[in-house]
Amino acid sequence: MNKLNDLHSDQMKTDRPDFHAGDTLDVHQRIVEGNKERIQIFTGVVIQVKGTGVGKTFTIRKISNGIGVERIFPLNSPFIDKIVRVKEGKVRQARIYYFRQRRGKSARIQEVRKRK
Amino acid sequence: MNFILGKKLGMASFFGPAGRAFPVTIVQAGPCKVVQVKTIEKDKYEAVQIGFEDQKEHRVNKPLTGHFKKAGVETKKHLREFRCSDSSGIEVGSEINVTMFHEGDNIAVTGTSKGKGFQGVVKRWGMHLQGASHGTHESHRGPGSIGMCAWPSRVWKGKRMPGRMGNDTVTIKNIEILKVIPEQNILFIKGSLPGAKNGILKIRKMEA
Repeated sequence: MNKLNDLHSDQMKTDRPDFHAGDTLDVHQRIVEGNKERIQIFTGVVIQVKGTGVGKTFTIRKISNGIGVERIFPLNSPFIDKIVRVKEGKVRQARIYYFRQRRGKSARIQEVRKRK
Repeated sequence: MNFILGKKLGMASFFGPAGRAFPVTIVQAGPCKVVQVKTIEKDKYEAVQIGFEDQKEHRVNKPLTGHFKKAGVETKKHLREFRCSDSSGIEVGSEINVTMFHEGDNIAVTGTSKGKGFQGVVKRWGMHLQGASHGTHESHRGPGSIGMCAWPSRVWKGKRMPGRMGNDTVTIKNIEILKVIPEQNILFIKGSLPGAKNGILKIRKMEA
């Protein structure tokens, strides 16, 4: 598997920030419509990070107009312009599926306080 | 020459030039050496035999060692033959490498599929399941009827029945090469290929 990753190294994006489940991210995605290209930002909570190497993906959940929306992004996709880590969440699981059942006040994640 | 031997290394995803993600199989293809050229005069058919991956000489039996010595090629692990309509320009001992393949080329790949063991008709032939309930009695994955009655008083040849599945020679045609790394003899081939990792694959360019 390591050999496969070496062969692929040119496809890996090195500018992706380190993040894990519970974090809130801004995903700046490039959207091509005809000849025009624009940036759309998808903001939400990371539910899971899956896979390794080039095929690594992450799932982001947000509530849009009262409806839960989840998107799975390939981490190394060229369509992702950049990822900004807005909040670092404190969670105990690597995959916070229980977050889908939460509504309102209970659907909050404690933020990690950085020591100064 | 338009063929080579390869070894399946594994699968991964690959982002194409437009940014789309494709599943790819990564194959170590060659370098191979021509070990024998078979001709109509001598062998009654035309083919080229090529060897892939070096093997220590003491691991190769004596008749084969002599075969390699005759060709002036170091001992190889794998020997395969490719039929070819015109083998006139091909010299014994010459090297074959991935440089003849380019991005976007269509190829055919032959390999041995993974063995599945003794399987029933549902998995092996895609027959339908019988009911899980509604009075079905001890026959949920069976083949049903396998023939008629007094005529023909036997089962037709070739009737699909349970048996050994997989471990067959499988050829996949018209698949695309997405990337070539000539320095490392690597091919990125779109989609899946027959067989397990480290399996030997015969790769042939499709006729245009």
